[in-house]
Amino acid sequence: MHARVRKYGAELQRCRLDAVPVDLGDYHPLKPITVTDSRSRRGGRKGSTSSSSSSSSSVAPDPLSSMLEGTDPLSLFAAASASETPTLSHSSSSVELGRKRRENEEEVGADFEPWSAKRGEILARFTTTEKLSINLFMGSDKNKASSPSSAVSEKVRTRLEELDDLEEGSQRELLNLSQQDYVNRIEELNQSLKEAWSSDQKVKALKIVIQCSKLLSDTSVIQFYPSKFVLITDILDTFGRLVYERIWSMCSDPRPIPDSFSVEDVNDTAKETCLNWFFKIASIRELIPRLYVEAAILKCNRFLNKTGIQETLPRLTAMIRGIGDPLVAVYARAYLCRVGMEVAPHLKDSLNKNFFDLLASFRQIHGDTVQNQLVIQRVEIPVYLTLYSPAIHWILQCVAYRAPDVLLTEMMERCKKLGNNALLLNSVMWAFRPEFVAARATDFIGMIKDCDEAGFPKHLLFGSLGRSLACADPPESERLPILNEAWKVITKVRSPQDYINCAEIWVEFTCRHFTKREVNTVLADIIKHMTPDRAFEDAYPQLQSVMKKILTYFHNFSVLFSMEKFLPFLDMFQKDSVRVEVCKSIMEVFIKHQQEPTRDPVILNALLHVCKTMHDSVNALTVEDEKRSLALLINGFIRMVSFGRDFEQQLSFCVEARATFCNLEPVIIQLIHTVNQLAMETRRVMGGSHSRKTAAFVRACAAYSFITIPSLTSIFSRLHLYLLSGQVALANQCLSQADAFLKAAVSVLPEVPRTISVEGKQRSSEAFLLDFINSFLSTLLVVPDHPEQGVLYLVRGLLNMVQDYTWEDNSDAKVRVYISALPLLAAMSQESYLYTIPKVDSNETLYGGDPKFVAEISRLCETLIGQVLDHLKTLGREEGVRRQGSLAFSLFSTLLAHGDLRNNKLNQLAVNLWNLSHKNGHCDTRTSVRTLEHIKQQAQQPELSHLSDMLLRLSLQSRA
Amino acid sequence: MSVALDLRLKRANKVYHEGEVLAGVVVITSKEAVQHQGISLTMEGLVNLQLSSKSVGVFEAFYNSVKPIQLISSNIEVAKPGKVPGGKTEIPFEFPLQAKGNKMLYETYHGVFVNIQYTLRCDMRRPLLAKDLSKTCEFMLHCQPQKSKVQPTPVDFTITPETLQNVKERTSLPKFVIRGHLDATNCVITQPLTGELVVESSEVAIKSIELQLVRVETCGCAEGYARDATEIQNIQIAEGDVCHGLPIPIYMVFPRLFTCPTLETTNFKVEFEVNVVIVLHDDHLITENFPLKLCRV
Repeated sequence: MHARVRKYGAELQRCRLDAVPVDLGDYHPLKPITVTDSRSRRGGRKGSTSSSSSSSSSVAPDPLSSMLEGTDPLSLFAAASASETPTLSHSSSSVELGRKRRENEEEVGADFEPWSAKRGEILARFTTTEKLSINLFMGSDKNKASSPSSAVSEKVRTRLEELDDLEEGSQRELLNLSQQDYVNRIEELNQSLKEAWSSDQKVKALKIVIQCSKLLSDTSVIQFYPSKFVLITDILDTFGRLVYERIWSMCSDPRPIPDSFSVEDVNDTAKETCLNWFFKIASIRELIPRLYVEAAILKCNRFLNKTGIQETLPRLTAMIRGIGDPLVAVYARAYLCRVGMEVAPHLKDSLNKNFFDLLASFRQIHGDTVQNQLVIQRVEIPVYLTLYSPAIHWILQCVAYRAPDVLLTEMMERCKKLGNNALLLNSVMWAFRPEFVAARATDFIGMIKDCDEAGFPKHLLFGSLGRSLACADPPESERLPILNEAWKVITKVRSPQDYINCAEIWVEFTCRHFTKREVNTVLADIIKHMTPDRAFEDAYPQLQSVMKKILTYFHNFSVLFSMEKFLPFLDMFQKDSVRVEVCKSIMEVFIKHQQEPTRDPVILNALLHVCKTMHDSVNALTVEDEKRSLALLINGFIRMVSFGRDFEQQLSFCVEARATFCNLEPVIIQLIHTVNQLAMETRRVMGGSHSRKTAAFVRACAAYSFITIPSLTSIFSRLHLYLLSGQVALANQCLSQADAFLKAAVSVLPEVPRTISVEGKQRSSEAFLLDFINSFLSTLLVVPDHPEQGVLYLVRGLLNMVQDYTWEDNSDAKVRVYISALPLLAAMSQESYLYTIPKVDSNETLYGGDPKFVAEISRLCETLIGQVLDHLKTLGREEGVRRQGSLAFSLFSTLLAHGDLRNNKLNQLAVNLWNLSHKNGHCDTRTSVRTLEHIKQQAQQPELSHLSDMLLRLSLQSRA
Repeated sequence: MSVALDLRLKRANKVYHEGEVLAGVVVITSKEAVQHQGISLTMEGLVNLQLSSKSVGVFEAFYNSVKPIQLISSNIEVAKPGKVPGGKTEIPFEFPLQAKGNKMLYETYHGVFVNIQYTLRCDMRRPLLAKDLSKTCEFMLHCQPQKSKVQPTPVDFTITPETLQNVKERTSLPKFVIRGHLDATNCVITQPLTGELVVESSEVAIKSIELQLVRVETCGCAEGYARDATEIQNIQIAEGDVCHGLPIPIYMVFPRLFTCPTLETTNFKVEFEVNVVIVLHDDHLITENFPLKLCRV
């Protein structure tokens, strides 16, 4: 084969698109495409010259434009809600509208932490190992007022109901339940409540609810009480919702009433049913169930009259005074506040009243009855007092929500006046606005100091204060005294667990307002407390949180690592998993916040240590994902290391890193890339011509890559890195190194397995291999031949490897490689090459178009074409006619593009190939048509005029 | 073939007053046409008196029930014998609520020895082989609001060991002072009973404080009269050792049907009382009784 002579420069000129000014005012890719007249556009923009659309002003069915056309879903929603508002208010007068608006303003916003957020916390915190009991007294506590009719049939029915009750067992006492059993039983009751309701047994449902709320008056196993409260109020909530929905649905005939309905919208039947519920509940004998159940259906008051809720809330609030047990009472208040906030958040008065009542009966907590009970149950006072916290927190949170400062101050003053007020103080600090607390932090510290030692644990108080201070800033001048005072107390806490819980909170305050000096002191104190008896082993979550807080506030790593105690603190994480976790979090922050590359030895040493810790955690059991994420972090670090112009230092860092991170392949790959980049950077600095010193350096870089690559297991990584490093070496005029890289790549080729695992799936490696070989071939154009080896030594070597490689059965891959080697050979035979590397002489200059060299290339081409033709023949025999067609076509295209078709033999071969590819009708007609058009165009050039003769011999066969 | 007979009153709460008209519909639902021998409606108001076994002995109580007093009675024929077509048929009806002669319509009341009840019954007589159908429904009668203004007559009370009657050994009693007040003893039946109660001091812890609503029914008959007090409901207002000095609300809703305005007739009386019951931890039971006068305004 003879390659046709190419004039790359002229071809490039010819192929360049005409620069056409784009009319920006008219054209935008996202604009709905409206084809108004196809002909007028023709000159405007290439590509939009659609030939067939002659119809004027047809909107193209473009998905984007159809979305943008008219209204998109979002604006549809907006429009719907806008049109909904007037219909809602249509029936209500303007006065009511005003009221509604005001209510909306007073509704609970997103800044109010909802009960659901607290639930889980309470359930997790208040647990017990003691045995619990449930005493359900079903049936005999018959509600006398509940059956208003004495007509015979009715009577019979109630009797039957009673019989049912007896079957259920009028009294069930379940003893010796573990906590989990208890929770399960309560959940069962919740289920049976729903079942009873759905099967229309309203009386039974009510009974279940009454019995459940009765459990709340039982304070045996007192440390479980808060959790019990949570479980049972869930049932009450369910019940309240069921009743409300039922009555609501009774009103929705014929059409549903709006959510903001008024009493007039409610029909008589619904009202009567609702009234019935209230009468039934009013006749419940016991105080606590009556209170809870009425609170549960508080919302239903809306069906009866406008003022119902605001009259009921104060009454229920006062009713709680009748509960003697202070713990039961405070939780009842919490429930009432919760329901009140849900149903009528604007009624603040009863919330406040609840709190003041709580204060008024506060002394009950220290009364004899309670003390006796605690002795019997063997519960310590501090433990007992913490049982109150969730409820009081909640009440205060409701009270303090958007309350004016005056009110808060008043509340605080009232708390101050009471004795033994640590419990209240704690809740005040929890629930009041952090800004409020922060502004009075010094006062609070004073009050905390005054508290009784024996009562509520002080570290909890400081914990609460610290929590507020973490969110809001106290006055500038008070900050240091606050920290000193607080830490004075914290450092005295004996139990390491209590200590760390409290210290963890205060670290945030310290980091927020102070410098590394104070943080360092705090860390030193933590280390001092947590080291004895290896107390840190039980406190990893807290210590981790301390670390997290420090990392949140200190982004400057040179400051961070200059803290004396930081690394000793890091050493406290001795459990491997936690340690790695912490190291990861450090690296994450580093990668996120380190803006500029660094060479600071402190940072480098410390981070190298951190990264080494992460790297060393990798073992045979480490999962791939974990390895990947670790490698990602380490790579992030390596990328951030730069010694500026000190390239040798950088290289020696890479050497050290390679030794340190040898187990993580992605890191090794990154290091090779870094070194290659280093070589290229050197080249850039030297302006392309190396001095003796830099030449030695880039050779050192090449050597680094050359000895590192073989340690990789992934064969394709190796291949690509060899190729890349070879290119880099070439660019740096290290010819023998480049040769070695490429040779190594060729010698690795036979090792490529037939299948590789890609993202956990076995896939054929053929496509990857072909890709690689193609890019390898394109590099070979510029690689000069080795003076001691024969002509085209590397090309031959590669082709030999391809020949010997065990390709998949029934695969054309080998032949495809041959076909794609043809363009390379054609390019090599040109007088001047398509591309060259500055300061490197390619074969074009080495041989200078020597006819022997060209003849050698032609011979090689002929061999390759012969191979391809043989393969085509075998395909003709087998069932591979389709493959035969496509291969023949691609060889045809290659010949057309690169071969000199003035040669008769070659011309004939091309025509034969065309015919072969069309013989079985498997070719794509459109491609063929386009190819013919292309040939026609080419033939217009004077030097390719012979193509027009050939064109006559190429016939199109229709598929039919 | 199933036929359902139902009575529906116009008012959802079924409450009527004397002089008003009881209106509603008889609803007959059936898939096919129903053959019947007449449909009639009966409206009746009765006072049933029963003598308590306590005052007259078991047998007398059983046999000597006083004859019921009929307050109102009327009967109309809704449909002549014939056929009701299939589907849902509604037949409207109206009854004037007018007492017989010079009697008056007392308010509906369900008690133990006295029962005042108003019923409406619909009967459908059917030919042989098919059972007669009947449906009864009760409706409530409220008496006319009282004209004169009600004086609330509040009452204050103090309970100490000294104020108690009926004590065997006064010395064994623990010391306590309980003060309180009821806002009214002349109560409006639709309004709750309200008041306050303060435990000022108590040597022994309090277990529970309850409000007991009691009915006092008196029946007159040939042999004299019987007066019995029975509990209607018991409402707990305090549980456990309540905080001393903090007022506890007294609040009780009068249950419907089981209470009525205080009633006094020649044959019988219905009166109400409330007991404030304080149970101490050592199971001492202290009761303070307040007669109530209920009325409707």
